[in-house]
Amino acid sequence: MTGSFDLWKLTKGVLFYALVIAIVVIAVFPFYYAILTSFKAGTDLFRINYWPTSFSLANYQSVFSQGAFPRNLLNSVFVASVTVALALFLAVTASFALSRVRFRGRGLLLMTILAVSMFPQIAVLAGLFEVIRFLGIYNTPWALIFAYTIFTLPFTVWVLTTFMRDLPVEIEEAAIVDGATPWVIITQVFMPLMWPALVTTGLLAFIAAWNEFLFALTFTVSNQTRTVPVAIALLSGGSQYEIPWGIIMAASVIVTVPLVALVLIFQRKIVSGLTAGGVKG
Amino acid sequence: MAAIELRNVKKSFGVVNVIKGVDLEVKKGEFMVFVGPSGCGKSTLLRLISGLEDITSGEMLFDGKVVNALTPSKRGIAMVFQSYALYPHMTVYENMAFGLKLEKGHSKEAIRQRVEKAADMLQIRQYLDRLPKQLSGGQRQRVAIGRAITRDPKVFLFDEPLSNLDAALRVATRIEIAKLHEEMNDVTMIYVTHDQVEAMTLADRICVLRDGLVEQVGTPMELYERPDSIFVAGFIGSPKMNFVAGEKASAFSCSTVGIRGEHMDIKPDGIWEGKVIHTENLGADSYVYLDMGQEEPVVVRHDGTTNYQSGSLVRVSPQEDRIHRFNEAGKPIR
Amino acid sequence: MTSEAIGAPTAAAQPRQKSELMQQRVRAARLFLLPMMIALAVVAGWPLARSIYFSFTDATLNDLYGAEWIGFGNYLQIRVLESGRTIYRGVLADPAWWNAVWNTVRFAFWSVLWETILGMIVALVLNAEFKGRGIVRAAILIPWAIPTIVSARMWSWMLNDQFGILNDLGMRLGLLNAPVAWTASPDTAMLAVLVVDIWKTTPFMALLILAGLQMIPKDIYEAAEIDGVHPVKQFFRITLPLVRPALMVAIIFRVLDALRIFDLIYVLTPNSAATKTMSVISQENLFQFNNFAEGSAQSTLLFLLIAIFTILYIWLGKVNFDGGDR
Repeated sequence: MTGSFDLWKLTKGVLFYALVIAIVVIAVFPFYYAILTSFKAGTDLFRINYWPTSFSLANYQSVFSQGAFPRNLLNSVFVASVTVALALFLAVTASFALSRVRFRGRGLLLMTILAVSMFPQIAVLAGLFEVIRFLGIYNTPWALIFAYTIFTLPFTVWVLTTFMRDLPVEIEEAAIVDGATPWVIITQVFMPLMWPALVTTGLLAFIAAWNEFLFALTFTVSNQTRTVPVAIALLSGGSQYEIPWGIIMAASVIVTVPLVALVLIFQRKIVSGLTAGGVKG
Repeated sequence: MAAIELRNVKKSFGVVNVIKGVDLEVKKGEFMVFVGPSGCGKSTLLRLISGLEDITSGEMLFDGKVVNALTPSKRGIAMVFQSYALYPHMTVYENMAFGLKLEKGHSKEAIRQRVEKAADMLQIRQYLDRLPKQLSGGQRQRVAIGRAITRDPKVFLFDEPLSNLDAALRVATRIEIAKLHEEMNDVTMIYVTHDQVEAMTLADRICVLRDGLVEQVGTPMELYERPDSIFVAGFIGSPKMNFVAGEKASAFSCSTVGIRGEHMDIKPDGIWEGKVIHTENLGADSYVYLDMGQEEPVVVRHDGTTNYQSGSLVRVSPQEDRIHRFNEAGKPIR
Repeated sequence: MTSEAIGAPTAAAQPRQKSELMQQRVRAARLFLLPMMIALAVVAGWPLARSIYFSFTDATLNDLYGAEWIGFGNYLQIRVLESGRTIYRGVLADPAWWNAVWNTVRFAFWSVLWETILGMIVALVLNAEFKGRGIVRAAILIPWAIPTIVSARMWSWMLNDQFGILNDLGMRLGLLNAPVAWTASPDTAMLAVLVVDIWKTTPFMALLILAGLQMIPKDIYEAAEIDGVHPVKQFFRITLPLVRPALMVAIIFRVLDALRIFDLIYVLTPNSAATKTMSVISQENLFQFNNFAEGSAQSTLLFLLIAIFTILYIWLGKVNFDGGDR
């Protein structure tokens, strides 16, 4: 325990915490700055501040009074919720079959599902456009619900299959001995055990659908049918100087706050869900 | 008529043959124990009987009818699993009632009565509203047994039900199962274990399995006294039977002499000499381990406590009428 | 089956039947899979096939059904003029396409490289025991949770040439002499895109790496500590080799994602040739410039590229396609 040793330890500690603080600041600052900007009004916007100096709700008022933003918000909620419900419904039964029943071609099927989840969305854009026109749902929320299935379904099937594979075999066998059919096993035995997994996958699928841009940009064309990402991307004025930054930031904060809240509440589950989808494969 | 009959039953997983042709009859109300080393196929055989696994070829009959294709619930079996396999989200009551609820045609009241009757048999009535995670291991195993009783099965299957319990609880539950068998004397029970003490104490008859084939079927005493092979002789009984080969066996005109520790006497004029390796004093009796130039040390069971100096030489004699003689194929010479 | 029939005629008399239980399970499995397979066929299989088909036709946005087969014309057309000059047409002869390919590859390479390095650093920090670890973990989830469009807009405000806080910060710290038009200038546009993408995606990478790190048994480090192995050496000799499987899969996962990037670039640097990627140019051709067939050809080429990486992922990841016990 010499003096120099303590000094070295102290330096290391200081450097480590400096790194920690840098990580936190870089991660949080843009969002913080967006919130800061969203509360500025008028010419305040063009004065650069690092700390809050003024407080005005004007931007939030205009977001909700001008244009179709409230409508866009509803569209987003509707599209994301229905997409998730649909994906989970199809995925729960499918993942039971994929994780619990041996049949020929199971490996191939799982590989196809994984491959679909890797699809570049652009590769199906032209064909999807045709199908959506054919179904007559172009420029409606249904077009997006339909299109989003391409990424939510493989993802939910994959994660739920991974999860269901880890449920103890003996519980299922006990149910079989008790005379349960596969449907009863899913609904009365497995579903209650899978709530954590369902919540996690549902949440991740919800975020993916909520954030989606390419399909939403392509398959909806009017202000009334757009979802928030497209609405925010297309919010603009006549020239560069007229870009309504304050309003954009207010809208951004509105769509992000619920998401950040959800993510922070379900932190641990989300991390495990991401890992199941990514690393464990 | 046998309650369960297996005719040349085989099971293979892909190219691996696990059960290689088993013929077996289990009588109604009998307590049959499958024993054998791990990997001998005893659990697979139980699963074939339960219907959880398809048999590859052969016939399985319950009460004279072929049940090869029937589902477990239609076979009228109930099963107790090694890991209890209770439904974690259901209370003890719901766990026990689940099977009856799925079987249409039971009134709520009838279900309640049957669950409560089973709960009383196992003294778990006060736990009916608890979840499995609020119970101890022993209580969970009783609930698992209770769940099986509630279904009023014709055949009761146990898959190593005691292996997750600690030693004291294992003895208590073993006695409980034996009592259960007495009370439910028309129910056929099949019990899988690798523990030969459980097999000896519980079984009406024991079926020793080895490598996917039946090695011997018989009452515990038959297996103890008249083993059909070196394998059975070595597997049944504790401490393990001693095997003596070479010249000492030739003297008895066989290739291997089998003699249990309790059938050997240490006496000055004993025909064999051995060097004491170690002595274990268990109180009522003691085990003396001798090096007699065999592959494994020879164990002599001695009444009362003794104290032989390690390294000292002693002489022992097998009791002539208790000797098992085996030929080179490991079969007994009688 | 046949050899058994010869050896044991009685056994052969009864055909090998599946039990009711297995039949019931297989039937249920088929029924359960059917809706999902139909859904995937309708939203993925069929559209993909049609997109590829369109790339071999002269389809336009307004006349999808009148499209006629023209072979590889959208990809490459070689015509020899009377004068003897050879003209190359089609996507593969289009400099704008190759520019987009180059942009995509450049973007994917640099973004994944930095995300891996920074993600590793963040993961190592999160893997250490210190006060406030929960806060850091929560903090790094924020960039990940923010929709890409929103982060693109947030950053384009921060990167604004006149009122952007980053120019202000740079000048205060003496790093910049004059404000820079980060997103508009061709020299810095790609840098801006990279910064935003790295900011947004490093957390994802860090979490995946962290999961890999946490699977390494602690006693290995304790043993190394006792043997007096230097921490830097510990990292290269123990940590890196042991997280490599997780790292490789995460990297390929990210590469696949980076190759199809669209939204960030579309919003942050609109109409900039310096950042236009394969997805962006394809979408523009399909739905904005009325080059539907050519756009289909471009999307098909991107699909091929990603298909190769997907195969790599499945192969390198040694993904477990085996189900449970039954």
